[in-house]
Amino acid sequence: MSDRTGKISGINGNMIVAEFEDYVLQNEVAYAVTGEEKLKSEVIRVRGRKADLQVYENTEGLKVGDNVEFSGELLSVELGPGLLTQIYDGLQNPLPQVADKCGYFLKRGVYLNALSYEQKWEFTPESKKGDKVKAGDFLGSVPEGIFRHFIMVPFSLRDEYEIVKMAAKGNYAGKDVIAELKDKKGNIEKVSMIQTWPVKLPIKAYSEKLKPADPLITKVRIIDTLVPVARGGTYCIPGPFGAGKTVLQQITSRHAEVDIVIIAACGERAGEVVETLREFPELKDPRTGKSLMERTIIICNTSSMPVAARESSVYTAVTIAEYYRQMGLNVLLLPDSTSRWAQAMREMSGRLEEIPGEEAFPAYLESRIASFYERAGIVRLNNGKIGSVTIGGTVSPAGGNFEEPVTQATLKVVGAFLGLSRERSDARKYPAIDPLESWSKYKSVVNREHVEYVKYVLRKSAEVEQMMKVVGEEGTAMEDFTEYLKGEFIDAVYLQQNAFDEIDGATPAKRQEYVFGVLHEILKSEFTFGTKDEARHFFHGLRQEFKNWNSDPWESDAFKNREKSLKERVKKQVKDKG
Amino acid sequence: MRKVYSRILQIVGDVITVEAEEVGNQELAEINTSRGKSLAQVIKLDGNKVSLQVFAGSRGVSTGDEVRFLGHRMQVSFSDNLMGRIFDGSGIPRDNGPSLVDSMVEIGGPSVNPAKRIIPDRMVRTGIPMIDVFNSLVVSQKLPIFSVAGEPYNELLSRIAMQAEVDVIILGGLGLKYDDFLFFRDTLEEHGALSRSILFIHTASDPTVECIMVPDMCLAVAEQFAIKGKDVLVLLTDMTNFADALKEVAITMEQIPSNRGYPGDLYSQLASRYEKAVDFSDAGSITVLAVTTMPGDDVTHPVPDNTGYITEGQFYLRNGRIEPFGSLSRLKQQVNGKTREDHRTVMDTMIQLYADFKDTKEKLAMGFQMSKWDEKLLRYGDLFENKLMSLKVNIPLEKALDLGWKIMAECFSPEETGVKTEMSDKFWPKEKLAAERENREDETEEEQEEGPKTVEDLNKQE
Repeated sequence: MSDRTGKISGINGNMIVAEFEDYVLQNEVAYAVTGEEKLKSEVIRVRGRKADLQVYENTEGLKVGDNVEFSGELLSVELGPGLLTQIYDGLQNPLPQVADKCGYFLKRGVYLNALSYEQKWEFTPESKKGDKVKAGDFLGSVPEGIFRHFIMVPFSLRDEYEIVKMAAKGNYAGKDVIAELKDKKGNIEKVSMIQTWPVKLPIKAYSEKLKPADPLITKVRIIDTLVPVARGGTYCIPGPFGAGKTVLQQITSRHAEVDIVIIAACGERAGEVVETLREFPELKDPRTGKSLMERTIIICNTSSMPVAARESSVYTAVTIAEYYRQMGLNVLLLPDSTSRWAQAMREMSGRLEEIPGEEAFPAYLESRIASFYERAGIVRLNNGKIGSVTIGGTVSPAGGNFEEPVTQATLKVVGAFLGLSRERSDARKYPAIDPLESWSKYKSVVNREHVEYVKYVLRKSAEVEQMMKVVGEEGTAMEDFTEYLKGEFIDAVYLQQNAFDEIDGATPAKRQEYVFGVLHEILKSEFTFGTKDEARHFFHGLRQEFKNWNSDPWESDAFKNREKSLKERVKKQVKDKG
Repeated sequence: MRKVYSRILQIVGDVITVEAEEVGNQELAEINTSRGKSLAQVIKLDGNKVSLQVFAGSRGVSTGDEVRFLGHRMQVSFSDNLMGRIFDGSGIPRDNGPSLVDSMVEIGGPSVNPAKRIIPDRMVRTGIPMIDVFNSLVVSQKLPIFSVAGEPYNELLSRIAMQAEVDVIILGGLGLKYDDFLFFRDTLEEHGALSRSILFIHTASDPTVECIMVPDMCLAVAEQFAIKGKDVLVLLTDMTNFADALKEVAITMEQIPSNRGYPGDLYSQLASRYEKAVDFSDAGSITVLAVTTMPGDDVTHPVPDNTGYITEGQFYLRNGRIEPFGSLSRLKQQVNGKTREDHRTVMDTMIQLYADFKDTKEKLAMGFQMSKWDEKLLRYGDLFENKLMSLKVNIPLEKALDLGWKIMAECFSPEETGVKTEMSDKFWPKEKLAAERENREDETEEEQEEGPKTVEDLNKQE
């Protein structure tokens, strides 16, 4: 803590102006002092002897002339064992502990340690005295739930160091010194298990960034098959309200094949966070057999919590994600929703009286969004291990119109676009991802040619449907009508998924590949129907059977029998008329 | 006694700027004008220039008027004495009763710690089938009623208030027409509900700034009752006026507007009110129902749009009915599995059939041929609209479910509805079922459109 101070000379909403004597750092943390309370804030602009600060709390009661204390540090998070299963606010305050201390309501100016300094961890050294190390190298490890949590050389150390002292195997608390490092000049750095890192800077202690290639399996068929997501890639989910953005995020957070999931509830409903934090401890992760909470961290700054902390919540989340990536783990970060973060920027920009861009968003909106998504990636660490951060953010466009600035800025930088449509959600077709509008630059889990063919059928089907609205069923050619039914069929049996069904709700890659193959085969069959009613009747029957098949356990007898019966149905229809 | 200032530098709109020292942000002040006293709140500090919004409006404020700072924020009295009382947006009684000054609480307090919330699971019964059956209202839910001007939204609100089994009703009127205010008061009185109600009323002719205070007053009082273990229902009408009042003040303050003149923080402003809805882990609850009129019936207008992103669903009121499409209660899944076993089946099936009816109606309008199935759907749609959708219908959930079965049985055979056999055997009206068995019709399976089915549905059909 430096002892530089300033005095408040103006207050406008959550922005204050402070006059200072010495010097200030751009983006340094400062505290506005009112009575007993110290309110966390951040320097966001300096003009002459005046600094503009955004306050992360309600500014009620602050007075002109009140003191401001500058800390000399950038907004940082604590990184170390014990992060998993935690529920933090945007400034990394542990919410359950805050509740223990303050009761029902959040209290401003209360900042608790993000990690327990008392809890002991069983430390095992991974390096020894005399080893040469640099930032990010593993010094030792502690067991954290289902993971081996590596204790690393702090990322803030820039040189190469020699280990001069190494703690023996044993139990240590977070702030106990576990190693001493010597740099080339002979200075000694004492290292503990907890380190801090400024949230707005990416952690770069790796040897190279790789191209995202392998698919990240979400077990949502329409995503994995048609608009796949890659491990270390980025995607966005824009959609109007009620289209199921948050539900899709929740489903992904449950089923995605990654090691760690970080949920950043940014400016959304508190009720949704509550669902996650009350249900996850009860749900079992099929991969580990342990509760889902053990691989989850929740950062929540819901819509009624202070606006400025919305911005810090997404950065806090991505920094923690990068930290676990450094251990060679695959992390999925789900910010919901990035629009609220953009709105927070807009509010602050307005108070700073900056010249507004489109829809009053600041001109730096695009670069901020871009540099945030750029923090995703798959990297090769110094020790050759691979770790990744995948970011899948939701966007809440005003009026559900994708032409607005936040959606457009996001689309420029992401690798996949999973657009939700109001028509589909109104028709209760979930997940409501529009299969024709959405796109992805990543590799699918199924055969590419098959995907192309299915997309062709879907497009054709949509065209025929449009046409039928004008000319009616009577005026539609049998061939076109069959294509239309095929499209409806794909939608019903493959693209839609019943999230409440244990088996249908989560389809592993292997099953997707297989089932999609069968689907493709069916679609390729040469059907001829006498009448439209006959065609409809056939597809409805087929649909029912296929849907039942989706709920049969993989490779069970029921699964095999149903497949046989499905194929017979198709064969019969083809032969009858053939 | 605190210092009195009498140098008003600027009066723009309802915002005055005065030179003063030692003033806290959001502090309350009292202005003594020739028209009487008015409260004002600090909204901006710049050196020793203090900007305040004057609750009673700036009309008649003189540059020489006295401003006295009170050293605290806006407060509202909280006690059981509030019951049955009516106040305005500044907390001043409008029912000729005594003003209340004991145990004052600050309004607009901090938000509830998410770790202290629980997943809500209690249903609020309203006696309106379109709500109870199709989009159940849940304790602690925040739900807007989207509607255009002229719809009977206030009647709907008062009916829900009357019938909902809650301990306390708090009504917030924002820009309410005076006769609507009288309507609410009289209706509550007639039904003997006034004694458990508290009204904060801002009418259209009252100063704009008071409109902004109303939701905070209502919710601050609600919060206190909830902490004491009461279930509170807060009704707000109409939140579009609230947003417009915010817009007015923002423009006065020369803020850069974001969308159609509304300030950039509209979402946060609305959210900080709606998010007060809560079910406490070991105390009472707050449920919020708010009317949001949509200018031009446009749901993408900034007010309904931002509201929709905040609330847990919405009711569309159109042509005097709660529209089944578009209306949504996001929390209904938490309760409708525990009411009666056929609840979800009736809900899904009837809506699916009603969707088919709408398609058929469209076909009819385009002049396409009507099949036998279409005829059935038309009959069904007609019955559904008149017997269930009408807001005049007032029956408990169980009766509404029975009526649903009856309507379906009037028009279809059990197979045609796609209801699983186990359900129809149990709930399909017996006399209809018997008649059905006698003259079993040809299979009409092809006409069955199935809705989202649960796993049991699928297994049953095997």
